[in-house]
Amino acid sequence: MGRSMCLPIIGEPVRMAQGEHMGSPLRGNIMDIRMQIKDLSLWYGQFHALKNINMEIAENRITALIGPSGCGKSTLLRTLNRMNDIIDGVKISGRIFLDNKDIYQENIGLTELRKKIGMVFQHPNPFPLSIYENLTYGLRIHNIGEKSIWDEKIEKCLRDAWLWDDVKDKLHSSALDLSLDQKQKLCIARLIIIEPEVILMDEPCSTLDPIATMKIEELMNTLKKDYTIVIVTHNMQQAARVSDYSGFLLLGELIEFDDTNNIFTAPRDKRTEDYITGRFG
Amino acid sequence: MSINQNIIEKIVKIFLWIFTIITIFILFYIVGFILKNGIGGLSKEFFMEFPKSMGREGGIFPIIIGTILLTLAAVFIAGPLGIGTAVYLTEYTRENRITQMIRFGADCLAGIPSIVFGLFGFVLFVIKLKMGWSIISGGLTLSIMILPTIIRTSEEAIKAVPKPLREVSYSLGGTKWQTIVFIVIPQALPGILTGIILSIGRCVGETAAVIFTAGSSLRLPNSLFDSVRTMSVHFYILSREGISLKNAYATASVLIISIGMINFLSYWIMHRFIRRIEGK
Ligand SMILES: Nc1ncnc2c1ncn2[C@@H]1O[C@H](COP(=O)(O)OP(=O)(O)O)[C@@H](O)[C@H]1O
Ligand SMILES: [Mg+2]
Repeated sequence: MGRSMCLPIIGEPVRMAQGEHMGSPLRGNIMDIRMQIKDLSLWYGQFHALKNINMEIAENRITALIGPSGCGKSTLLRTLNRMNDIIDGVKISGRIFLDNKDIYQENIGLTELRKKIGMVFQHPNPFPLSIYENLTYGLRIHNIGEKSIWDEKIEKCLRDAWLWDDVKDKLHSSALDLSLDQKQKLCIARLIIIEPEVILMDEPCSTLDPIATMKIEELMNTLKKDYTIVIVTHNMQQAARVSDYSGFLLLGELIEFDDTNNIFTAPRDKRTEDYITGRFG
Repeated sequence: MSINQNIIEKIVKIFLWIFTIITIFILFYIVGFILKNGIGGLSKEFFMEFPKSMGREGGIFPIIIGTILLTLAAVFIAGPLGIGTAVYLTEYTRENRITQMIRFGADCLAGIPSIVFGLFGFVLFVIKLKMGWSIISGGLTLSIMILPTIIRTSEEAIKAVPKPLREVSYSLGGTKWQTIVFIVIPQALPGILTGIILSIGRCVGETAAVIFTAGSSLRLPNSLFDSVRTMSVHFYILSREGISLKNAYATASVLIISIGMINFLSYWIMHRFIRRIEGK
C-alpha cells in the first residue's frame, strides 16, 4: 500500500494545493498540513503492529482512524505524541513530522511535544483529586502563569468544554463524583487549559451513552476551530458524523485514507467497503 | 451432599469456631491481665513525674519522652530511605536480578531477630563509630530494623496506584519526577503511612535492639547523643530486677494502650485509602 509522497519536508511550511499529488485525500483544498506520518512501522517485540503507514493530519480538521479492534488504531494514535515510548520493547521506524519537525529526533523535548499534542483517553480518567486540582495540574507542571490568572483560565477551559455551568459551584469537590460524560469533559478541559495544538482522542465516547456521546461529538465540532483533532473510533457512524478525513486500518496497514465522504460513499478498496458495509469487524 | 459430608461440615465449623475463641481468649486474657494489674498505677503523676529510686517510685515522664524521641529518630531515618528505595524499585527499574536481590535482601532483613540488630548496632554505632549509648545509635539501629517494612509497604502502595494516572500525567507533558511527586506519592501516601505507623508500633515495643544501643538512662536527654530508656526497656528492667512490679505493669499498660492506638490509627488510614482507591 505504498503511497507516493513528495512533500517538501524541511524548509517551507508544507502547503498542499489541488492536484499536487494524487494519492492524498487532502488534494481537494488548500490547507495546512499539521502532521505528517512517513513510512511508519512499529513493533511490539516481534509483533509488527504498524506497517509502513503514510498519512497527513490536516490543521483544524478532524481526522478519524477506523478499523476493527486490534488493528492498531490506538497504537498509531499513540505514536503521534510518543506515548509508546513508555512501553517496554517497542521499536519504531519511519518519521513523524509536526510542523516539519521530526518528533522522533533525539533532541526533541518530550515534555514540550506532549504539551503541544495532548491526549484524551478511552476511559474518562480524572485524577482522584478535586476538579480544581485536575485542571491546575498541567499549569503547575508547565509553570504556566501566576496563580492569579489561574481562575480565569479554569473558567475559560471549563466553558470551552461545556462543563462550566455544571461544576462552577463545586470546583473543590472530588472529580470522581462527576458523571461519566462530565468526567470526560473534565479530561478535555484539563487538556485544553495548557493550550495544546493537536488533540488525540482514543475512543473518547466508548464508555458513554448515546446522548452523552452526541454532546461530546458536538463539542468536538466546536473545538476543531481551534485545534487539530485526531480521533480513534470503532464506531463508523461516529467517524461519518464528525470527521473530515478518515483512515481505515486493517492488521496494522493503512488500507485507505481519504475524505470521510469518499470513504463512506465510494471506498476504493474492497476491504474498506466490506468493513463499511459491516461485512466484518 | 450426603449426610456424612454434612456432619463433617458441621464438625469443621465447630472446630474453627473453637480455635477462634481460643485465640481471642488468649489475646484478651493477656491484655486484661496487664491492664488489671497496671491500670491502678496510672495517674497524672505517673505520666508527668520523673522516676525516683530507679523507678520504684515516681512516674515515667523521661521514659515516655525517650520512647518518642527514639521512635522519631528511627522513622526520620528509615522513612526517606525506605520510600526512596521503594520509588526506585517500582518506578525506575524493571524487574531484574538486581531488584530481585534488593527485595530478597529486604525480606531477609525483616526476618532477623531484633537482638541481632541490637548487637550489630552496639558494635557498629556504639563502639566503632563512638556514638555511645544514645538516641542516635538506637535510632539508627531501629531504622535498619524497620527499613524492610517501610520498603515493602511503600512498594505495594506505589504499585497500587493505577497505571492510567501515570499515563495521563505523561500525556500532559509531565516528567517522570513530576509524575512521581505530584501524582504517585500522594496517591500512595495512605499506604506508605500505614507502613510507617506499623513501624512506629514495632519501634515502641522493641526491647532487645534498644537496650544495647540506646542504653537505659533515666534522665531527660539533652541531645541526640544522650542515652534514653524506652518503655519496654523500663518494663524489662523493673520486672527483671524486681524493682517494682506495680510500676512495671503500669508501664506495660501505657505501652499496650499506645500500641493499640497506633494500630487503630493505621486501620483508620488504611480504610480511607481503600475508599479512595475505590473512587469514593
Ligand atoms: N503494549 C503492547 N504490547 C504488545 N502488543 C500490544 C501492545 N499494545 C497493543 N498491542 C497489540 O497491537 C495490536 C494493535 O493494538 P491497538 O493499537 O490497541 O489496536 P486498536 O486500538 O485498533 O484496537 C493488537 O494486536 C494488540 O494486541
Ligand atoms: Mg484501541
